[in-house]
Amino acid sequence: MFKRLDSNPSKRVTITIDGIPYEAVAGETAAAAVLLSGIDCTRTTPVSATPRAPFCLMGVCYECLMVIDGQPNRRACQEYVAEGMRIEAQRGPGALPE
Amino acid sequence: MKTDTLIIGGGLMGCSTALQLAKRGARCVILDKDSPGRHASGVNAGGLRRLNRHPAEIPLSVASAEMWHDIESLVDNDCDTRFPGQIRVAENREDMQKLQERAALVRDLGYAHEEIIERDALYQLVPALTPNCEGALICRDDGYGRPFHALNAFRRKACSLGVECHSAARVDQIDRDRKEWRVITPKGEYRAPVLVNCAGAWAGPIAATLGEPVPLKAGAPMLMISERLPRFIEPVIGAASRKLSFKQMQNGTLLIGGAHMAELDFKQQLTEMNWAKLAVSARTVLALFPQLKDVRIVRTWAGIEAFMPDHLPVISRSSTSAHAYHAFGFSAHGFQMSPVVGKILSQLILDDQTELPIAPFDIRRFRKDR
Amino acid sequence: MSTAGPKAHYSLVIIGAGPAGLAAAAAAAGHGLDIALLDEQRAPGGQIYRAIESIPSERARLLGSEYRRGEDLVGAIRNSDVEYFPDTQIWSLNREREIGLVHGRSAAMISADQVVLAGGAIERPVPYAGWTLPGVMNAGAGQILLKAQGIVPANGVVLAGSGALLLLLAWQYMRAGVQIKALLDFTPMHNHLRALPYLPRALLARHYLLKGLQYKLDLKRAGITTLQNVSDLQADGKQRVESVSYRHRGQQHTIKTDLLLTHFGVIPHIQLSQAAGCRHYWDKSQQCWRPQVDEWGNSSVNGILIAGDGVGIGGARTAEHAGRLTALEAVRALGRVSQHERDRLARNDRKWMREEQHIRPFLEAFFHLPGKLLAAPADDTVVCRCEEVTAGAIRKAISEGHGDSNQVKFLTRCGMGPCQGRQCAESVTHIVARATGKSLPEVGLFRVRPPITPLTLEQLGSLFPDETE
Repeated sequence: MFKRLDSNPSKRVTITIDGIPYEAVAGETAAAAVLLSGIDCTRTTPVSATPRAPFCLMGVCYECLMVIDGQPNRRACQEYVAEGMRIEAQRGPGALPE
Repeated sequence: MKTDTLIIGGGLMGCSTALQLAKRGARCVILDKDSPGRHASGVNAGGLRRLNRHPAEIPLSVASAEMWHDIESLVDNDCDTRFPGQIRVAENREDMQKLQERAALVRDLGYAHEEIIERDALYQLVPALTPNCEGALICRDDGYGRPFHALNAFRRKACSLGVECHSAARVDQIDRDRKEWRVITPKGEYRAPVLVNCAGAWAGPIAATLGEPVPLKAGAPMLMISERLPRFIEPVIGAASRKLSFKQMQNGTLLIGGAHMAELDFKQQLTEMNWAKLAVSARTVLALFPQLKDVRIVRTWAGIEAFMPDHLPVISRSSTSAHAYHAFGFSAHGFQMSPVVGKILSQLILDDQTELPIAPFDIRRFRKDR
Repeated sequence: MSTAGPKAHYSLVIIGAGPAGLAAAAAAAGHGLDIALLDEQRAPGGQIYRAIESIPSERARLLGSEYRRGEDLVGAIRNSDVEYFPDTQIWSLNREREIGLVHGRSAAMISADQVVLAGGAIERPVPYAGWTLPGVMNAGAGQILLKAQGIVPANGVVLAGSGALLLLLAWQYMRAGVQIKALLDFTPMHNHLRALPYLPRALLARHYLLKGLQYKLDLKRAGITTLQNVSDLQADGKQRVESVSYRHRGQQHTIKTDLLLTHFGVIPHIQLSQAAGCRHYWDKSQQCWRPQVDEWGNSSVNGILIAGDGVGIGGARTAEHAGRLTALEAVRALGRVSQHERDRLARNDRKWMREEQHIRPFLEAFFHLPGKLLAAPADDTVVCRCEEVTAGAIRKAISEGHGDSNQVKFLTRCGMGPCQGRQCAESVTHIVARATGKSLPEVGLFRVRPPITPLTLEQLGSLFPDETE
């Protein structure tokens, strides 16, 4: 779906997306990294478990809600990748902390 | 426009009364200055609670609970009611003592619906609760509904029986000639032999017009709602020594109340949140459920309610007219009572009597000359 | 830039670091006031000048000459004593100008004597069949990826909609070598006639018109297909978008694509101005709800001023001028300049703002969206994305007597999800108006309540630690 214009970016950041390691680039949002990784669906809706993905990328649509570092309902377009960040697709309302 | 009964206020009390009257063939028109359920009836916490009622309210609340448990046969809609129980948690021995006294009081009045449970039973029912609570007071068949949907169901059923509901019909003037009331609104003039005041926070001026002023104060208790969560709690939670009303709604959101008041500009019908008090509410929730610290609040609001100084409603014939009736002042706990209040008013209006004990709710209790 | 949060009180708080906020901050600085500029993004620039400080120059060149203007605006505040707080979400603003915010992860409430809202605009959300499919996004989203991260479509893209931003993105993509499978222009043909009366005035700002024509010419030269007068947009696919269908010259067509970017104009982002209790009105020409302001940006709430696209769509240059005007008015209200002095200092911006306005009536008429597109989605089209409420469910509620936006919301849960109505409020108003025959102002907008961005229980509980029951 998307690609980087600069095929040789400088500062790499290792994150995991749905458990799979991925080389993101410093300064990218979690949403951008996820879109680049080729994933279609970043969450399923609580009402009907329909797949959704980021829509506005500016923080006003709340479609890009994902589980980031174990916390659900985080807008992936408002979070920046950091070393070791764990990004997961959110199923419905997201799990409760233990 | 002429009818049998004019009901001022299209909230639950008004719609419930209209429904009961219409079931017995009386024609009604409901007048609301906004739209039905715009205020308290549409935005309250939806609690269906007999638990911890003032003794005077208990008989009515118990009767109303029976109606809620069979609400579908009354309004052709289950109003999304659930009955997982309501609980008042005791966090320590002093709390437990208070709750035991309460349980004894209710038993002495001849009612069995409030029960003490010990630690084990409490954690069976509410495993998510922070450890080290002592026990609780529980009403097992209490629960909650969805206020606007309930209001909608009452209104639709009433309308299907011929009741008319007029919005944007604020009552500007009331007078009476020998045989009937004449009410003037921006929508026109209405006449009926019987007048019912169910105007909620706006009932005071109407009572005053009838020559029976009441010390009604409008207040706006704050509520806040969270994002959706997977289901983790069933009963509605209160606490013996904290202001808390906490429930997980049918759709998984958490509804948190606690009778903290917003800033209210009554004339403009505008509320402003008191964040200091909401912060206290948040701390209260986290004291009992610390694991919820990262749960997000997505919205707050405060519906405008009528408060009486003794926190008891007015459910009463008028004291100045043989043809007027009152049901208002439910002080933020009227939702559960609405089915039975409609029944009571319809009985007062059509039979001039009701078997339920309504003396404590008489409007005359506010008369200065008593 | 400060990693510590804002202090408890400022004379002037400006919310939003796009062109309006940046210009306001720079104009208010130097009058001896303590000023805070708060913005939710990590870096200044808003949407239009996003990533202006970090963007590599080759990428900046792709974007066109206007983009560089942001450098001057940002430079001006970096060289001032304005306290700038990025990474700051605003969740509440009330009539007393108390501001609830989250800076980093910490919540706080601060207050100000004067507040300037410069929160800008959002894409107009227009529901159509398939708009919720993964792979369907706003054109603005494409711009953000391009500007901020140099990310572009990999397998080609279909662009659809109506508006200047669509043309701009197409041109930027073309320069970046992106395959544009089609540019579907939904601007109705008769808008050319509609806009004609405003053309003479628009010629006074012909640099905009010429730029637009240049973009179109460049696209044509690059062999990109632009289809005009398109209708009936639909995105299809199972788990994600796989194709887009549309109507053109009386025929149904389909294009395969894994990415559809749409744009139907921008509208003021009014969540905060609504939450603060400012009065709003429906602007027929801009087809949007706008806060009521006077010529200095004073809203209906004392001490709250609004500037930029958050007040009404005027573009980046207008936003700058408006930002400076509101700043001068705030500075006057705080007693630092006289009315006379304010008027004198404002003279140029007033003049330039008038000049910037010359193009607006033309653009508004030219890109006026047909009522059918805004108000008549098919019954099975999702209108409230968060709660998955369809147009049919809304119409059912209306037919049962719920004749205004808020009643519809209460019954259907439209507008009660995480976005709190940002993506559906306007659509619901349109649908209700059409179904009831009432005017849009009569139907009204959803009531907005704080927090307007989510606040955790821990964050809320951290406020007012000394308060008890």
